[in-house]
Amino acid sequence: MRLSPDEIIFWQHGFLKLNATILFTWGLMLVLAVASKLITHRLSIGLKRSRWQNLLEIIVTAIEKQIEEVGLSQPRKYLGFLGTLFLFVGAASLCTVIPGYESPTGSLSTTAALALCVFVAVPLFGIWERGMGGYLTSYMKPTFIMLPFNIISELSRTLALAVRLFGNMMSGAMIIGILLTITPFLFPIVMTLLGLLTGMVQAYIFFILATVYIAAGTRVRKSTAEPKVNIEA
Amino acid sequence: MLIDWFTILAQAINFMLLVWLMKRFLYKPILHAIDEREKRITKELADADTKRSEAEKERERFQKKNEDFDRHRDELLSKVNNEAKSERQRLLDEARQAADVLRTKRQDALKREQQSLNDEITRRTRREVFAIARKTLTDLSGTSLEEVISEVFIRRVRELNNETREDLATALKTSSEPVLVRSAFELPSEQRSAIQRALNEEFSIEIQVRFESTPEVISGIELTSNGRKVSWSIADYLTSLEESIDELLKEQSRPEVQSEAKAALKPESGTKSTALEEHK
Repeated sequence: MRLSPDEIIFWQHGFLKLNATILFTWGLMLVLAVASKLITHRLSIGLKRSRWQNLLEIIVTAIEKQIEEVGLSQPRKYLGFLGTLFLFVGAASLCTVIPGYESPTGSLSTTAALALCVFVAVPLFGIWERGMGGYLTSYMKPTFIMLPFNIISELSRTLALAVRLFGNMMSGAMIIGILLTITPFLFPIVMTLLGLLTGMVQAYIFFILATVYIAAGTRVRKSTAEPKVNIEA
Repeated sequence: MLIDWFTILAQAINFMLLVWLMKRFLYKPILHAIDEREKRITKELADADTKRSEAEKERERFQKKNEDFDRHRDELLSKVNNEAKSERQRLLDEARQAADVLRTKRQDALKREQQSLNDEITRRTRREVFAIARKTLTDLSGTSLEEVISEVFIRRVRELNNETREDLATALKTSSEPVLVRSAFELPSEQRSAIQRALNEEFSIEIQVRFESTPEVISGIELTSNGRKVSWSIADYLTSLEESIDELLKEQSRPEVQSEAKAALKPESGTKSTALEEHK
Protein backbone atom coordinates (compact mmCIF):
# COMPACT_ATOMS: atom_id res chain seq x y z
CA MET A 1 0.00 0.00 0.00
CA ARG A 2 1.45 3.29 -1.13
CA LEU A 3 0.70 6.26 1.12
CA SER A 4 2.46 9.01 -0.79
CA PRO A 5 3.49 9.75 -4.40
CA ASP A 6 6.94 10.35 -2.94
CA GLU A 7 7.42 6.64 -3.10
CA ILE A 8 7.30 6.57 -6.88
CA ILE A 9 10.84 7.49 -7.74
CA PHE A 10 11.82 7.93 -11.37
CA TRP A 11 15.43 8.94 -10.96
CA GLN A 12 17.81 9.14 -8.02
CA HIS A 13 21.37 10.31 -7.59
CA GLY A 14 22.40 10.29 -3.97
CA PHE A 15 20.41 13.01 -2.18
CA LEU A 16 18.85 14.27 -5.41
CA LYS A 17 15.82 12.42 -6.70
CA LEU A 18 12.97 12.90 -9.09
CA ASN A 19 9.77 11.42 -7.67
CA ALA A 20 6.12 11.64 -8.79
CA THR A 21 5.39 14.48 -6.36
CA ILE A 22 7.96 16.76 -7.92
CA LEU A 23 7.06 15.68 -11.41
CA PHE A 24 3.35 16.23 -11.00
CA THR A 25 4.06 19.57 -9.30
CA TRP A 26 6.04 20.61 -12.31
CA GLY A 27 3.22 19.46 -14.50
CA LEU A 28 0.74 21.52 -12.50
CA MET A 29 3.07 24.51 -12.54
CA LEU A 30 3.42 24.18 -16.27
CA VAL A 31 -0.32 23.91 -16.83
CA LEU A 32 -1.10 26.85 -14.55
CA ALA A 33 1.62 29.06 -15.98
CA VAL A 34 0.92 28.24 -19.62
CA ALA A 35 -2.84 28.61 -19.16
CA SER A 36 -2.33 31.96 -17.42
CA LYS A 37 0.07 33.09 -20.09
CA LEU A 38 -2.28 32.04 -22.87
CA ILE A 39 -5.28 33.66 -21.34
CA THR A 40 -3.56 36.84 -20.22
CA HIS A 41 -1.69 37.08 -23.50
CA ARG A 42 -4.43 39.20 -24.96
CA LEU A 43 -6.27 40.94 -22.21
CA SER A 44 -8.99 43.33 -22.99
CA ILE A 45 -9.40 46.40 -20.87
CA GLY A 46 -12.66 47.22 -22.61
CA LEU A 47 -16.10 46.10 -21.60
CA LYS A 48 -15.98 43.11 -23.94
CA ARG A 49 -13.66 40.29 -22.94
CA SER A 50 -13.18 36.60 -23.51
CA ARG A 51 -14.80 33.92 -21.34
CA TRP A 52 -11.44 32.72 -20.09
CA GLN A 53 -10.41 36.19 -19.09
CA ASN A 54 -13.74 36.59 -17.36
CA LEU A 55 -13.16 33.32 -15.48
CA LEU A 56 -9.71 34.38 -14.35
CA GLU A 57 -10.96 37.79 -13.32
CA ILE A 58 -13.69 36.15 -11.24
CA ILE A 59 -11.18 33.84 -9.54
CA VAL A 60 -8.66 36.59 -8.85
CA THR A 61 -11.21 39.10 -7.60
CA ALA A 62 -12.85 36.40 -5.44
CA ILE A 63 -9.51 35.55 -3.81
CA GLU A 64 -8.79 39.24 -3.32
CA LYS A 65 -12.17 39.74 -1.70
CA GLN A 66 -11.68 36.76 0.59
CA ILE A 67 -8.30 38.07 1.78
CA GLU A 68 -9.84 41.44 2.45
CA GLU A 69 -12.77 39.92 4.33
CA VAL A 70 -10.44 38.06 6.65
CA GLY A 71 -8.95 41.37 7.69
CA LEU A 72 -6.05 42.29 5.50
CA SER A 73 -6.76 45.80 4.37
CA GLN A 74 -4.33 45.66 1.43
CA PRO A 75 -5.08 42.32 -0.18
CA ARG A 76 -2.89 42.90 -3.23
CA LYS A 77 0.28 42.65 -1.17
CA TYR A 78 -0.62 39.10 -0.14
CA LEU A 79 -2.45 38.05 -3.27
CA GLY A 80 0.61 36.51 -4.89
CA PHE A 81 1.41 34.19 -2.01
CA LEU A 82 -2.05 33.36 -0.69
CA GLY A 83 -3.70 33.21 -4.10
CA THR A 84 -1.07 30.82 -5.37
CA LEU A 85 -1.58 28.61 -2.30
CA PHE A 86 -5.25 28.30 -3.10
CA LEU A 87 -4.76 27.84 -6.82
CA PHE A 88 -2.06 25.22 -6.40
CA VAL A 89 -3.94 23.17 -3.81
CA GLY A 90 -7.21 23.60 -5.73
CA ALA A 91 -5.66 22.64 -9.06
CA ALA A 92 -3.93 19.67 -7.44
CA SER A 93 -7.28 18.46 -6.09
CA LEU A 94 -9.18 19.12 -9.32
CA CYS A 95 -6.72 17.10 -11.36
CA THR A 96 -7.55 13.95 -9.39
CA VAL A 97 -10.24 13.28 -12.01
CA ILE A 98 -7.44 12.51 -14.46
CA PRO A 99 -6.62 8.78 -14.42
CA GLY A 100 -3.10 7.95 -13.33
CA TYR A 101 -2.69 11.32 -11.68
CA GLU A 102 -1.26 11.44 -8.19
CA SER A 103 -2.01 14.64 -6.33
CA PRO A 104 1.18 16.28 -5.04
CA THR A 105 -0.84 17.46 -2.03
CA GLY A 106 -1.32 13.85 -1.17
CA SER A 107 2.35 13.84 -0.17
CA LEU A 108 3.23 14.97 3.35
CA SER A 109 6.42 16.46 1.91
CA THR A 110 4.41 18.85 -0.27
CA THR A 111 1.99 19.88 2.47
CA ALA A 112 4.88 20.25 4.89
CA ALA A 113 6.68 22.41 2.34
CA LEU A 114 3.56 24.56 1.95
CA ALA A 115 3.12 24.76 5.73
CA LEU A 116 6.77 25.71 6.08
CA CYS A 117 6.28 28.43 3.51
CA VAL A 118 3.36 29.77 5.58
CA PHE A 119 5.46 29.37 8.71
CA VAL A 120 8.19 31.51 7.15
CA ALA A 121 5.80 33.91 5.44
CA VAL A 122 3.89 34.89 8.61
CA PRO A 123 6.86 36.46 10.42
CA LEU A 124 8.19 37.89 7.16
CA PHE A 125 4.92 39.67 6.41
CA GLY A 126 4.65 40.61 10.08
CA ILE A 127 8.09 42.21 10.14
CA TRP A 128 7.48 43.83 6.79
CA GLU A 129 4.28 45.34 8.09
CA ARG A 130 5.14 46.21 11.68
CA GLY A 131 8.95 46.18 11.89
CA MET A 132 11.14 43.69 13.65
CA GLY A 133 10.51 44.94 17.18
CA GLY A 134 6.82 45.30 16.71
CA TYR A 135 6.53 41.76 15.44
CA LEU A 136 8.73 40.16 18.06
CA THR A 137 6.98 41.85 20.95
CA SER A 138 3.72 40.35 19.72
CA TYR A 139 5.01 36.99 21.08
CA MET A 140 5.05 38.41 24.57
CA LYS A 141 1.47 39.54 24.52
CA PRO A 142 -0.46 39.77 26.76
CA THR A 143 2.49 38.96 29.12
CA PHE A 144 6.00 37.57 28.62
CA ILE A 145 4.83 34.36 30.27
CA MET A 146 2.91 33.68 27.09
CA LEU A 147 6.11 33.63 25.00
CA PRO A 148 6.69 29.84 25.05
CA PHE A 149 3.03 29.16 24.46
CA ASN A 150 3.00 31.52 21.53
CA ILE A 151 6.02 29.78 20.04
CA ILE A 152 4.47 26.38 20.60
CA SER A 153 1.25 27.56 19.02
CA GLU A 154 3.19 28.85 16.03
CA LEU A 155 4.88 25.50 15.52
CA SER A 156 1.88 23.37 16.23
CA ARG A 157 -0.34 25.23 13.85
CA THR A 158 2.20 24.77 11.09
CA LEU A 159 2.28 21.08 11.81
CA ALA A 160 -1.51 20.97 11.92
CA LEU A 161 -1.70 22.79 8.62
CA ALA A 162 0.59 20.31 6.94
CA VAL A 163 -0.97 17.20 8.38
CA ARG A 164 -4.56 18.37 7.86
CA LEU A 165 -4.10 18.84 4.15
CA PHE A 166 -2.04 15.72 3.74
CA GLY A 167 -4.48 13.63 5.75
CA ASN A 168 -7.45 14.79 3.83
CA MET A 169 -5.92 14.42 0.40
CA MET A 170 -4.26 11.14 1.21
CA SER A 171 -7.39 9.71 2.80
CA GLY A 172 -9.39 10.64 -0.28
CA ALA A 173 -6.99 8.73 -2.48
CA MET A 174 -6.87 5.85 0.01
CA ILE A 175 -10.65 5.55 0.20
CA ILE A 176 -10.93 5.46 -3.57
CA GLY A 177 -8.17 2.83 -3.67
CA ILE A 178 -9.93 0.68 -1.08
CA LEU A 179 -13.36 1.10 -2.61
CA LEU A 180 -12.04 0.13 -6.01
CA THR A 181 -11.18 -3.28 -4.65
CA ILE A 182 -14.67 -3.73 -3.13
CA THR A 183 -17.10 -2.13 -5.55
CA PRO A 184 -15.28 -1.45 -8.76
CA PHE A 185 -17.85 0.58 -10.70
CA LEU A 186 -20.26 2.96 -9.02
CA PHE A 187 -18.79 3.91 -5.68
CA PRO A 188 -15.39 5.15 -6.83
CA ILE A 189 -17.06 7.71 -9.11
CA VAL A 190 -19.21 9.04 -6.29
CA MET A 191 -16.18 9.08 -4.03
CA THR A 192 -14.15 10.88 -6.67
CA LEU A 193 -16.85 13.56 -6.79
CA LEU A 194 -16.76 13.76 -3.03
CA GLY A 195 -12.96 13.91 -3.25
CA LEU A 196 -13.24 16.86 -5.60
CA LEU A 197 -15.47 18.61 -3.12
CA THR A 198 -13.24 17.89 -0.12
CA GLY A 199 -10.23 18.86 -2.23
CA MET A 200 -11.71 22.27 -2.97
CA VAL A 201 -12.78 22.66 0.65
CA GLN A 202 -9.27 21.79 1.76
CA ALA A 203 -7.79 24.24 -0.67
CA TYR A 204 -10.08 26.90 0.72
CA ILE A 205 -9.28 25.95 4.33
CA PHE A 206 -5.57 25.97 3.70
CA PHE A 207 -5.78 29.32 2.00
CA ILE A 208 -8.03 30.89 4.62
CA LEU A 209 -5.95 29.60 7.53
CA ALA A 210 -2.78 30.96 5.99
CA THR A 211 -4.58 34.27 5.50
CA VAL A 212 -5.74 34.31 9.09
CA TYR A 213 -2.24 33.58 10.37
CA ILE A 214 -0.77 36.33 8.26
CA ALA A 215 -3.56 38.71 9.27
CA ALA A 216 -2.89 37.91 12.94
CA GLY A 217 0.85 38.39 12.44
CA THR A 218 0.56 41.69 10.61
CA ARG A 219 -2.18 43.26 12.69
CA VAL A 220 -1.12 45.96 15.09
CA ARG A 221 -2.68 44.78 18.32
CA LYS A 222 -4.37 47.79 19.68
CA SER A 223 -6.94 45.81 21.56
CA THR A 224 -6.87 42.39 23.12
CA ALA A 225 -9.64 41.30 20.88
CA GLU A 226 -8.08 38.94 18.34
CA PRO A 227 -9.80 37.50 15.35
CA LYS A 228 -10.87 34.09 16.48
CA VAL A 229 -11.28 31.73 13.62
CA ASN A 230 -11.85 28.12 14.28
CA ILE A 231 -11.93 26.15 11.15
CA GLU A 232 -11.38 22.47 11.51
CA ALA A 233 -11.64 19.84 8.90
CA MET B 1 9.24 7.50 5.84
CA LEU B 2 6.43 9.91 4.97
CA ILE B 3 8.60 12.97 4.97
CA ASP B 4 11.34 13.30 2.42
CA TRP B 5 13.50 16.34 3.11
CA PHE B 6 14.70 16.74 -0.42
CA THR B 7 11.14 16.70 -1.68
CA ILE B 8 10.13 19.27 0.95
CA LEU B 9 12.93 21.54 -0.22
CA ALA B 10 12.13 20.95 -3.86
CA GLN B 11 8.43 21.56 -3.29
CA ALA B 12 9.14 24.74 -1.33
CA ILE B 13 11.30 25.99 -4.20
CA ASN B 14 8.68 24.83 -6.67
CA PHE B 15 6.03 26.70 -4.76
CA MET B 16 8.12 29.87 -4.65
CA LEU B 17 8.66 29.51 -8.38
CA LEU B 18 4.95 29.03 -8.89
CA VAL B 19 4.26 32.13 -6.82
CA TRP B 20 6.55 34.12 -9.05
CA LEU B 21 5.05 32.60 -12.23
CA MET B 22 1.53 33.30 -11.09
CA LYS B 23 2.40 36.82 -10.15
CA ARG B 24 4.06 37.34 -13.50
CA PHE B 25 1.44 35.70 -15.73
CA LEU B 26 -1.78 35.83 -13.80
CA TYR B 27 -2.25 38.40 -11.05
CA LYS B 28 -0.38 41.30 -12.54
CA PRO B 29 -2.00 41.28 -15.98
CA ILE B 30 -5.43 40.44 -14.65
CA LEU B 31 -5.35 43.09 -11.95
CA HIS B 32 -3.91 45.54 -14.40
CA ALA B 33 -6.72 44.82 -16.85
CA ILE B 34 -9.32 45.20 -14.10
CA ASP B 35 -7.79 48.46 -12.89
CA GLU B 36 -7.60 49.81 -16.40
CA ARG B 37 -11.19 48.91 -17.02
CA GLU B 38 -12.28 50.51 -13.79
CA LYS B 39 -10.32 53.62 -14.60
CA ARG B 40 -11.81 53.70 -18.03
CA ILE B 41 -15.33 53.27 -16.71
CA THR B 42 -14.77 55.95 -14.10
CA LYS B 43 -13.39 58.24 -16.76
CA GLU B 44 -16.26 57.50 -19.08
CA LEU B 45 -18.75 58.13 -16.31
CA ALA B 46 -17.02 61.38 -15.43
CA ASP B 47 -16.98 62.32 -19.10
CA ALA B 48 -20.64 61.50 -19.39
CA ASP B 49 -21.33 63.59 -16.32
CA THR B 50 -19.37 66.48 -17.74
CA LYS B 51 -21.07 66.14 -21.06
CA ARG B 52 -24.47 65.96 -19.44
CA SER B 53 -23.84 69.03 -17.37
CA GLU B 54 -22.51 70.80 -20.44
CA ALA B 55 -25.54 69.74 -22.41
CA GLU B 56 -27.72 70.95 -19.57
CA LYS B 57 -25.95 74.28 -19.59
CA GLU B 58 -26.21 74.46 -23.35
CA ARG B 59 -29.88 73.66 -23.17
CA GLU B 60 -30.46 76.33 -20.59
CA ARG B 61 -28.53 78.83 -22.63
CA PHE B 62 -30.52 78.00 -25.74
CA GLN B 63 -33.76 78.17 -23.82
CA LYS B 64 -32.82 81.55 -22.48
CA LYS B 65 -31.80 82.66 -25.95
CA ASN B 66 -35.09 81.45 -27.35
CA GLU B 67 -37.02 83.26 -24.69
CA ASP B 68 -35.06 86.42 -25.31
CA PHE B 69 -35.60 86.06 -29.00
CA ASP B 70 -39.34 85.54 -28.55
CA ARG B 71 -39.60 88.50 -26.25
CA HIS B 72 -37.58 90.63 -28.59
CA ARG B 73 -39.67 89.55 -31.53
CA ASP B 74 -42.88 90.30 -29.65
CA GLU B 75 -41.56 93.69 -28.69
CA LEU B 76 -40.54 94.42 -32.24
CA LEU B 77 -43.85 93.18 -33.57
CA SER B 78 -45.85 95.29 -31.17
CA LYS B 79 -43.61 98.25 -31.92
CA VAL B 80 -44.04 97.74 -35.64
CA ASN B 81 -47.77 97.33 -35.13
CA ASN B 82 -47.98 100.55 -33.20
CA GLU B 83 -45.85 102.32 -35.75
CA ALA B 84 -47.99 100.99 -38.57
CA LYS B 85 -51.11 102.12 -36.73
CA SER B 86 -49.75 105.58 -36.11
CA GLU B 87 -48.46 105.75 -39.67
CA ARG B 88 -51.84 104.72 -40.96
CA GLN B 89 -53.49 107.30 -38.77
CA ARG B 90 -51.04 109.92 -39.95
CA LEU B 91 -51.55 109.02 -43.60
CA LEU B 92 -55.29 109.03 -43.14
CA ASP B 93 -55.10 112.41 -41.44
CA GLU B 94 -52.89 113.73 -44.17
CA ALA B 95 -55.22 112.39 -46.84
CA ARG B 96 -58.18 113.87 -45.00
CA GLN B 97 -56.44 117.18 -44.69
CA ALA B 98 -55.44 117.10 -48.33
CA ALA B 99 -59.01 116.25 -49.24
CA ASP B 100 -60.24 119.06 -47.02
CA VAL B 101 -57.81 121.48 -48.58
CA LEU B 102 -58.83 120.33 -52.03
CA ARG B 103 -62.49 120.62 -51.17
CA THR B 104 -61.98 124.05 -49.66
CA LYS B 105 -60.01 125.10 -52.71
CA ARG B 106 -62.67 123.77 -54.99
CA GLN B 107 -65.35 125.45 -52.97
CA ASP B 108 -63.38 128.66 -53.03
CA ALA B 109 -62.83 128.34 -56.73
CA LEU B 110 -66.50 127.67 -57.21
CA LYS B 111 -67.38 130.62 -55.04
CA ARG B 112 -64.96 132.85 -56.87
CA GLU B 113 -66.28 131.64 -60.15
CA GLN B 114 -69.79 132.30 -59.02
CA GLN B 115 -68.74 135.66 -57.71
CA SER B 116 -67.04 136.62 -60.91
CA LEU B 117 -69.99 135.39 -62.88
CA ASN B 118 -72.26 137.46 -60.69
CA ASP B 119 -70.00 140.44 -61.04
CA GLU B 120 -69.90 140.03 -64.75
CA ILE B 121 -73.64 139.69 -64.94
CA THR B 122 -74.06 142.70 -62.68
CA ARG B 123 -71.65 144.73 -64.68
CA ARG B 124 -73.27 143.85 -67.95
CA THR B 125 -76.72 144.35 -66.60
CA ARG B 126 -75.83 147.75 -65.25
CA ARG B 127 -74.32 148.70 -68.50
CA GLU B 128 -77.29 147.40 -70.42
CA VAL B 129 -79.75 149.02 -68.05
CA PHE B 130 -77.79 152.20 -68.18
CA ALA B 131 -77.69 152.07 -71.94
CA ILE B 132 -81.37 151.22 -72.17
CA ALA B 133 -82.29 153.91 -69.68
CA ARG B 134 -80.11 156.42 -71.46
CA LYS B 135 -81.57 155.55 -74.81
CA THR B 136 -85.11 155.45 -73.50
CA LEU B 137 -84.80 158.74 -71.71
CA THR B 138 -83.14 160.35 -74.70
CA ASP B 139 -85.73 158.97 -77.06
CA LEU B 140 -88.63 159.87 -74.86
CA SER B 141 -87.84 163.38 -73.65
CA GLY B 142 -84.78 164.47 -75.47
CA THR B 143 -83.03 165.07 -72.19
CA SER B 144 -79.80 163.46 -71.38
CA LEU B 145 -79.55 160.79 -68.70
CA GLU B 146 -77.21 162.93 -66.64
CA GLU B 147 -79.83 165.61 -66.52
CA VAL B 148 -82.46 163.23 -65.31
CA ILE B 149 -80.11 161.73 -62.74
CA SER B 150 -79.32 165.15 -61.40
CA GLU B 151 -83.01 165.92 -61.19
CA VAL B 152 -83.68 162.71 -59.40
CA PHE B 153 -80.83 163.42 -56.98
CA ILE B 154 -82.12 166.93 -56.32
CA ARG B 155 -85.58 165.57 -55.74
CA ARG B 156 -84.21 163.02 -53.37
CA VAL B 157 -82.38 165.69 -51.40
CA ARG B 158 -85.57 167.71 -51.21
CA GLU B 159 -87.63 164.73 -50.17
CA LEU B 160 -85.34 163.57 -47.34
CA ASN B 161 -87.23 162.62 -44.21
CA ASN B 162 -86.83 164.83 -41.17
CA GLU B 163 -84.43 162.67 -39.20
CA THR B 164 -82.02 162.23 -42.07
CA ARG B 165 -82.31 165.83 -43.01
CA GLU B 166 -81.37 166.92 -39.48
CA ASP B 167 -78.47 164.50 -39.33
CA LEU B 168 -77.19 165.76 -42.64
CA ALA B 169 -77.71 169.39 -41.67
CA THR B 170 -75.66 168.91 -38.50
CA ALA B 171 -72.97 167.20 -40.52
CA LEU B 172 -72.94 169.98 -43.06
CA LYS B 173 -72.75 172.64 -40.43
CA THR B 174 -69.99 171.01 -38.38
CA SER B 175 -67.92 170.02 -41.38
CA SER B 176 -65.00 172.31 -42.09
CA GLU B 177 -64.33 170.78 -45.46
CA PRO B 178 -66.55 171.34 -48.48
CA VAL B 179 -69.26 168.79 -49.25
CA LEU B 180 -68.16 166.18 -51.70
CA VAL B 181 -70.49 165.35 -54.57
CA ARG B 182 -69.29 162.50 -56.65
CA SER B 183 -70.76 161.35 -59.89
CA ALA B 184 -70.00 158.76 -62.50
CA PHE B 185 -69.79 161.39 -65.18
CA GLU B 186 -68.65 164.98 -65.46
CA LEU B 187 -71.60 167.05 -64.32
CA PRO B 188 -72.47 169.95 -66.67
CA SER B 189 -72.36 173.37 -65.03
CA GLU B 190 -76.16 173.66 -65.19
CA GLN B 191 -76.61 170.60 -63.11
CA ARG B 192 -73.84 171.67 -60.77
CA SER B 193 -75.50 174.98 -60.08
CA ALA B 194 -78.88 173.25 -59.75
CA ILE B 195 -77.48 170.90 -57.11
CA GLN B 196 -75.76 173.82 -55.36
CA ARG B 197 -78.98 175.74 -55.38
CA ALA B 198 -81.04 172.88 -54.16
CA LEU B 199 -78.66 172.21 -51.26
CA ASN B 200 -78.52 175.88 -50.29
CA GLU B 201 -82.27 176.11 -50.33
CA GLU B 202 -82.81 172.93 -48.50
CA PHE B 203 -80.39 173.54 -45.63
CA SER B 204 -80.66 177.31 -45.68
CA ILE B 205 -76.94 177.88 -45.50
CA GLU B 206 -74.19 178.54 -47.99
CA ILE B 207 -72.67 175.18 -48.64
CA GLN B 208 -69.26 174.71 -50.18
CA VAL B 209 -69.54 171.93 -52.75
CA ARG B 210 -66.74 170.12 -54.44
CA PHE B 211 -67.59 168.14 -57.52
CA GLU B 212 -65.71 164.99 -58.47
CA SER B 213 -66.23 162.36 -61.10
CA THR B 214 -65.49 158.70 -60.35
CA PRO B 215 -66.59 155.67 -62.34
CA GLU B 216 -67.26 153.81 -59.07
CA VAL B 217 -70.56 155.60 -58.64
CA ILE B 218 -72.28 153.92 -61.52
CA SER B 219 -74.67 156.16 -63.27
CA GLY B 220 -75.45 158.05 -60.08
CA ILE B 221 -74.68 160.94 -57.80
CA GLU B 222 -73.47 160.72 -54.23
CA LEU B 223 -73.23 163.40 -51.59
CA THR B 224 -70.85 162.85 -48.72
CA SER B 225 -70.26 165.04 -45.72
CA ASN B 226 -68.65 164.15 -42.47
CA GLY B 227 -69.65 160.49 -42.73
CA ARG B 228 -73.26 161.18 -43.82
CA LYS B 229 -74.26 160.23 -47.29
CA VAL B 230 -77.15 160.85 -49.69
CA SER B 231 -76.99 159.09 -52.99
CA TRP B 232 -78.81 157.80 -55.91
CA SER B 233 -77.40 155.45 -58.48
CA ILE B 234 -78.49 152.79 -60.81
CA ALA B 235 -76.45 150.41 -58.64
CA ASP B 236 -79.29 150.32 -56.13
CA TYR B 237 -81.57 148.85 -58.71
CA LEU B 238 -78.87 146.60 -59.91
CA THR B 239 -78.24 145.21 -56.41
CA SER B 240 -81.81 144.06 -56.31
CA LEU B 241 -81.38 142.44 -59.68
CA GLU B 242 -78.13 140.84 -58.51
CA GLU B 243 -79.82 139.35 -55.51
CA SER B 244 -82.53 137.78 -57.52
CA ILE B 245 -79.95 136.32 -59.89
CA ASP B 246 -77.98 135.07 -56.89
CA GLU B 247 -81.02 133.33 -55.63
CA LEU B 248 -81.61 131.77 -58.98
CA LEU B 249 -78.03 130.47 -59.14
CA LYS B 250 -78.17 129.00 -55.69
CA GLU B 251 -81.40 127.21 -56.47
CA GLN B 252 -79.78 125.69 -59.50
CA SER B 253 -76.58 124.56 -57.76
CA ARG B 254 -78.35 123.05 -54.72
CA PRO B 255 -81.63 121.60 -55.78
CA GLU B 256 -81.73 119.19 -52.82
CA VAL B 257 -81.66 121.99 -50.26
CA GLN B 258 -83.88 124.16 -52.34
CA SER B 259 -86.58 124.62 -49.80
CA GLU B 260 -84.13 125.45 -47.04
CA ALA B 261 -82.25 127.88 -49.24
CA LYS B 262 -85.49 129.57 -50.16
CA ALA B 263 -86.47 129.85 -46.55
CA ALA B 264 -83.14 131.35 -45.68
CA LEU B 265 -83.09 133.72 -48.58
CA LYS B 266 -86.60 135.07 -48.34
CA PRO B 267 -86.26 137.24 -45.26
CA GLU B 268 -82.88 138.49 -46.50
CA SER B 269 -84.30 139.58 -49.83
CA GLY B 270 -87.23 141.01 -47.97
CA THR B 271 -85.08 143.35 -45.87
CA LYS B 272 -83.06 144.32 -48.92
CA SER B 273 -86.18 145.24 -50.83
CA THR B 274 -87.48 147.34 -47.94
CA ALA B 275 -84.12 149.08 -47.77
CA LEU B 276 -84.31 149.74 -51.45
CA GLU B 277 -87.82 151.02 -51.21
CA GLU B 278 -86.69 153.41 -48.55
CA HIS B 279 -83.85 154.55 -50.78
CA LYS B 280 -86.24 155.19 -53.63
